[in-house]
Amino acid sequence: MKIKESIREKLAGKIISWQERSSRRIYFSVRKEDLYETARFLFKDLGLRFSTASGSQTPSGFEILYHFSFDQTGEIYSLRVEINDKEHPEIDAITPIFQGAEWIEREMWEMLGINFKGHPNLKRLLLADDWPQDNYPLRQNK
Amino acid sequence: MSHKVIVPIGPYHPLQEEPEFFQLYVEGEKVVDIDIIIGYNHRGIEKICESKHYDQIAFVVERICGICSSSHPYAYVLAVEDILGGEGAVVPERALYIRTIIDELQRIHSHLLWLGLAGHFIGYNTVWMWAWKYREPILDMFEMITGNRNNYAMFKVGGVRRDIKEEDLPLLNKTLDELLPALEMFRGAVMDDPVIQARLKGAGILTKEQAIEWCVIGPTARASGVNIDVRRDEPYGALLLGTIDWNVVLQKEGDVYAKTLVRIFEMQDSVNIIRQCLKKLPNGPIDADVKDIPPGEGIGRVEAPRGECIHYIKSDGTNRPVRHKIRAPSFMNVASNKVAAVGGTIADATITLAAVDPCYCCTERVAVINRSTDKKIMNGWDLIKLSQEKTNKIKEMLL
Repeated sequence: MKIKESIREKLAGKIISWQERSSRRIYFSVRKEDLYETARFLFKDLGLRFSTASGSQTPSGFEILYHFSFDQTGEIYSLRVEINDKEHPEIDAITPIFQGAEWIEREMWEMLGINFKGHPNLKRLLLADDWPQDNYPLRQNK
Repeated sequence: MSHKVIVPIGPYHPLQEEPEFFQLYVEGEKVVDIDIIIGYNHRGIEKICESKHYDQIAFVVERICGICSSSHPYAYVLAVEDILGGEGAVVPERALYIRTIIDELQRIHSHLLWLGLAGHFIGYNTVWMWAWKYREPILDMFEMITGNRNNYAMFKVGGVRRDIKEEDLPLLNKTLDELLPALEMFRGAVMDDPVIQARLKGAGILTKEQAIEWCVIGPTARASGVNIDVRRDEPYGALLLGTIDWNVVLQKEGDVYAKTLVRIFEMQDSVNIIRQCLKKLPNGPIDADVKDIPPGEGIGRVEAPRGECIHYIKSDGTNRPVRHKIRAPSFMNVASNKVAAVGGTIADATITLAAVDPCYCCTERVAVINRSTDKKIMNGWDLIKLSQEKTNKIKEMLL
C-alpha cells in the first residue's frame, strides 16, 4: 500500500491515468517527456525491479508498457507511455538509469522501429545483420 | 606487456542446445571484456502468436524452450486468466494442484540437467552421469502424468488437459522417495568436497548491487542475496491456496558455488512441494471450460527454473491476441555475464557463463583466437580441458 501511495503522491503532476485492474495489477500512464524521471524514481528511489517492457502499435502510433515489479507484495506497476508518431517514433532511453533495460530497448528498436534517445549501445540484438533497414517485423502497417 | 586475445565462443554446434555467441577479450589469463551476441534462434514467436487463437498459443509457446517447456504455457495461461479475473477465480482446485506438480517436476529436471553440465565443465564427469541418471525417473514421471517426456501439452486456459490417475499415485510417490537420497548425496558431494569448494568459490561473482542493476532473476539473483521468487511474491497454482509449506532458498556470495547450492536446495524443496501436492490432491473437475476471452490486458508470470518468466497479452475480444509479449528469464540473466565473467580467469569462464544456466549453454563451442594474426590457438574442447585441468591442479594441491 505504501508504494502505491508514494507513487501517486510523488508523481501527482505526471500521472495522466491510473487504473487498478486487480490488487496486483496497476496500470498508469505518463507523458513521454516524463518517462525518464518516472522510471528513475520507480527504480532508484522506490527500488522496484524492472521486469520487462512491451511495445505495441496503436491506432495513433505506438505505446510502451514498462513493467516494474514490486516483489514484496507481488504487484506489477505497468507504466504506459504513448508515442503519437506513426513514422518516426522516438522516446528517451532508460538504459542510462540501469543496465537491465539495455536488451529490451534494443529489441523494441529493431522490432518496432522506436528510436531510444540516449541509449548507449543501440544496435541489433536479435535480427540478423543483413536484415533490410527500415523493415520492422512487429509493425502492422506496410 | 599485455597481449590481448579475443576468445569467440559460439555460435553453432550440432550437439549442444541452442546457439549463442560470446566473444571474450583476454589479457593473459584474465578476461577483460565480453561481447554477447544472440539472436541466432529468433523464431518470431510473438508475431506467430498474433495469428493463432487462444487455444493454439499454449502449444506454440511450449516450443520456446524444451527444458522449461511448461513455464511458458503456464505464464501464458496466467496472463489470459488475468484478463478473466485471475487464476484463483477461474481454475478448479484440482487443476491448480496438477499445475504445481508439473511446474515443480520441471524445476527438478532442469536443475539436474544443469548440475550435470556444470560437473562436466569442471571435470567431474561422474557428477554429470549421475545427475542425468537421476533425471530419467523425473522424465518417466512426466510421461506417466502427461504422456510426454517433454513438451507436456498440459496447460490450457481455465485448467489442465490431463488428469493424474489414482492408480499412478503410488509409483509417483515411490519415485520421489527414491530421489531424495540422491539429492542429499549431491548436496553432500558439493558441500563436503574441498576441491569443488576451492574450484567454485569466488568464481564469477555477481554482487547484490550488480544483480539489482542488471535486473537478474531466479537462482542467479537468489545466489546474490536478492530475495525474489515469484512463487512466494505472487503465488500461483497450489501455492495460491496456502496449503503448501516451502521456503525461498537464499545465498549471499553470488559466486558459482552459491548458484550451485541454490539449485540443489531448490530441488529438495521441489520434491517436498510435489509430495504435499500429491497428498492433498482434491477431487473435482480439472477444467473450467472457458469459452470467450473479453477485451483487456493481462500479465502472467511464473518462476521458471531460471527465474521469472513473464507474458503480456492484449486482447480485443476476438479469438486471438492483438499483442503477445514474452520475456524469458535468460533474457535478463545472460546479459549479466558482462559483469560476472569479466575480471575472472579464462579457466573460470566456461563455468561462469554456464552458471546462470543459459537456455543455450554454448560454452563448449569455444575457440581462442589471437586478434593480431587471427590464428586459432584453442578450440572448445581445449577450453573445457583448461577448466578441468584447473580442477585437477586444485585436487593435487589438496590431496
